[in-house]
Amino acid sequence: MLAMARTFSLIGIDAEPVFAEVDVARGLPSFAIVGLPDTAVRESRERVRAALVNSGFDFPMQRIITNLAPADLPKVGPGFDLAIAAGVLASSGQIPKPFLDTTAFAGELALDGTIRPVPGALAMAEAARRQGHARIAVARQDSGQAALVDGVDVVALDHVSKLPDLAAGSIEPLARSAISEAPAPAGPDLCDLKGQPALRRALEIVAAGGHSLLLVGPPGAGKTLAARRLPSIMPALTRSEALEVIRIAGAGTAGGSTKEGAGSRPFRAPHHTASGRALIGGGSPPRPGEVTRAHRGVLFLDELGEFRRDAIEALREPLEEGRVTLSRARRSIELPCRFTLVAASNPCPCGHGQGSGACECPPTAVARYEAKLSGALADRIDVFVGVAQPPADAMAGDGGEASAEVRPRVEAARKLQHERLGEARSNSDMTPGETRSLCPPDPAAEAALRDGHERLGLSGRGWDRVLRVARTIADLDSAERIDEAHISEALGLRRRSLS
Amino acid sequence: MSACDGCLRRSWLVGSLSASIEQAISGLPAARSRELLGLTDEHLAEAVGGDDSAAFLHRARTRDAGRLRTAIQGARVWAACRHDPLYPASLRDLSDAPAILFGRGDPKHLERLGEPAVTVVGTRRPSSYGREIAFSLGWELGAAGVPVISGMANGVDSRAHEGALQARGFTVAVLGSGPDVPSPAGRARLHERIADDGLVLSELPPGTNPRRWTFPARNRIMAALGRMTVVVEGRARSGSLITSSMAEDLGRDVGAVPGRVGNPVAEGTNQLLADGAHVIRGGRDVLDALLGPGQRSCGAPVGESLEPELASALEAVDRGAATGDEVARASGLAAGAALSALVRLELAGLVICDGAGRYERSVAAAGSRGGPSG
Repeated sequence: MLAMARTFSLIGIDAEPVFAEVDVARGLPSFAIVGLPDTAVRESRERVRAALVNSGFDFPMQRIITNLAPADLPKVGPGFDLAIAAGVLASSGQIPKPFLDTTAFAGELALDGTIRPVPGALAMAEAARRQGHARIAVARQDSGQAALVDGVDVVALDHVSKLPDLAAGSIEPLARSAISEAPAPAGPDLCDLKGQPALRRALEIVAAGGHSLLLVGPPGAGKTLAARRLPSIMPALTRSEALEVIRIAGAGTAGGSTKEGAGSRPFRAPHHTASGRALIGGGSPPRPGEVTRAHRGVLFLDELGEFRRDAIEALREPLEEGRVTLSRARRSIELPCRFTLVAASNPCPCGHGQGSGACECPPTAVARYEAKLSGALADRIDVFVGVAQPPADAMAGDGGEASAEVRPRVEAARKLQHERLGEARSNSDMTPGETRSLCPPDPAAEAALRDGHERLGLSGRGWDRVLRVARTIADLDSAERIDEAHISEALGLRRRSLS
Repeated sequence: MSACDGCLRRSWLVGSLSASIEQAISGLPAARSRELLGLTDEHLAEAVGGDDSAAFLHRARTRDAGRLRTAIQGARVWAACRHDPLYPASLRDLSDAPAILFGRGDPKHLERLGEPAVTVVGTRRPSSYGREIAFSLGWELGAAGVPVISGMANGVDSRAHEGALQARGFTVAVLGSGPDVPSPAGRARLHERIADDGLVLSELPPGTNPRRWTFPARNRIMAALGRMTVVVEGRARSGSLITSSMAEDLGRDVGAVPGRVGNPVAEGTNQLLADGAHVIRGGRDVLDALLGPGQRSCGAPVGESLEPELASALEAVDRGAATGDEVARASGLAAGAALSALVRLELAGLVICDGAGRYERSVAAAGSRGGPSG
């Protein structure tokens, strides 16, 4: 007898529909899986057999063929177990067949029949809705995430022995789980940043305009501390943005929960030995890299000068486009990556800085270091801040404003940008044309900008960058026009040469 | 401007023995090379040539002077030997004066080395304070029409040259390699600019690569050419101090820029001051010591009032606040206003900012206005 169960294969961060066709026919007892299975899928046979037997079902002593269709789509991982088990049960008459037409399955089986979570539950629930399935059955750990999706019922299954109950309709679908409207931002709070008003101000500007940031300072000055606190003052995610973030996080780990920090802005800090592929994503089938995991959040590159040149070079396009396209022989996938770049660097290889008098670096080493910093990414970084160790009395004093006090100012500035540029856009992604037409400085400000151009050696690209940052500063000020104070502050945040 | 056959052969003998001299003094202080350069051809060849000394000497004596002149022209270099009237008189004070000065740039400029000139030297790894002082000294002396002599090394030397060039002054680089070989290699652009507007000099024939011993050797030329040698920043045992002690031996004036006590790059200069060197706070002090007080001036004084925000930010910088954070704390301004004020001060040339975002009072602006920025 033939039965067909519906399930999904995770490609990148999207789920593609897969049909598990199971045919139980007379012949020598055997169990084969065809249709481009990888090793984990092929081993599904053993798990399914043991799980069914240990849960009190009959495992048919007949010739069983499972075909995972479409045949040309690569199938990876153990997530097809539950669908195959349901197919075997239906085709051997142990559960009613029609029930498979309306239900999709995603779950891995333990040998005792327990259902384990799989990566990408949210993406699979979304695919189930797209495919018009009435409901999807997933592991209990995955159900919170899957139930975020509207328009499809989500059923949490603990054990394969519950399948007959599910078929009989005696298991209620879960209520839709909600992302709380203003999720408490995960991660540390800005109030820990003491005695560094200029650094706070820079973080606020970066958060308000979506600009990329370079922090330069000696070790221990608080660069990492500051970067980790940036997500806490960025505007709260909208529901659809939060779903994107959860979907990406869920594609990497099984059983991603909706609690504690899910749906808040991610903070990713890859180590400086990371390869280009680790940053951008890759492999076969392609998996999201750090840029995608940092989508809607912060990508923090500590010790920028130590990163491999090709890895940094590879960041250019994702930064510009807001998405990466991974092309493989079989298919190409597109992954989103709109992140805020924060980079940190020592002022020179020894960390003391050329100007300190304590620097022991040979000039050639400083020049090499500088060249690496100013190479690929320099023209993508809008805001530059020198960070110095705060004095002891500031460290002992009270903290400054908390994130919750700063965030409303950031959100108000973002709102002005949305009115000017359209929904979901920020000053950092204005084109040069928009910069010139939407950011007219007043006459005094223009004079200051010209002065900066002549006396401070500002390049043409630097000119636009200063205007964009000045626009953000004016937005924080709720000012219509950019004035001289805005321009001069933006000039103070421009990038400087280290040597 | 010309070079006689004997001097040409002597110079090429030194050039061809360059590697042997390096070997001969290996393990000794590089300054000992002077003892060798004072020797006659025979003794020099014997001292460093080893078994081949006779062959070296023979080759040196029979070199075709015409071909040497062709080689000099081919390298776009000129040569002035000690019998040439353009050969700087100040070099004759040296017991081991070079036989020939090879050079790039307009040889007529050699006449200007008869005027009182100043040699500016210092560490290759100065603090930002040292970098700025070196630049502004070069600028102020260049603007005042005083020749600025230095060695084109990284750090203080290069900054002094750059300052003088920016002021459209006259500057001379004395190299530890052939005059056509920029050393350090990364300074090819500066080498070109100095050759265009000033002079690049060396006692070594064109094409000679720098060696450890050639630097103290060129230091004696720098010390002799300047009527005064100013050390901007230098560690306790550094090449800059070798130059200043050579200058002292030649009866030249020595000046030093005071540095922060305890800072290793200021140890050498502060020691010089303790030993009685001229205190150099800027171009003004150099000019007074060199030409007599008030004989020549550089720049005009500042005399304008500032907006209150700018004034309080400037005051904070004067009290030692360096970063935007420190200025905001010390001045009581909001972080954004403090940064904005600092940039306006930077645009006015009153403060400067280094690559790590640290602000300092501009040295030129402290004493004069419309001064250097760079």
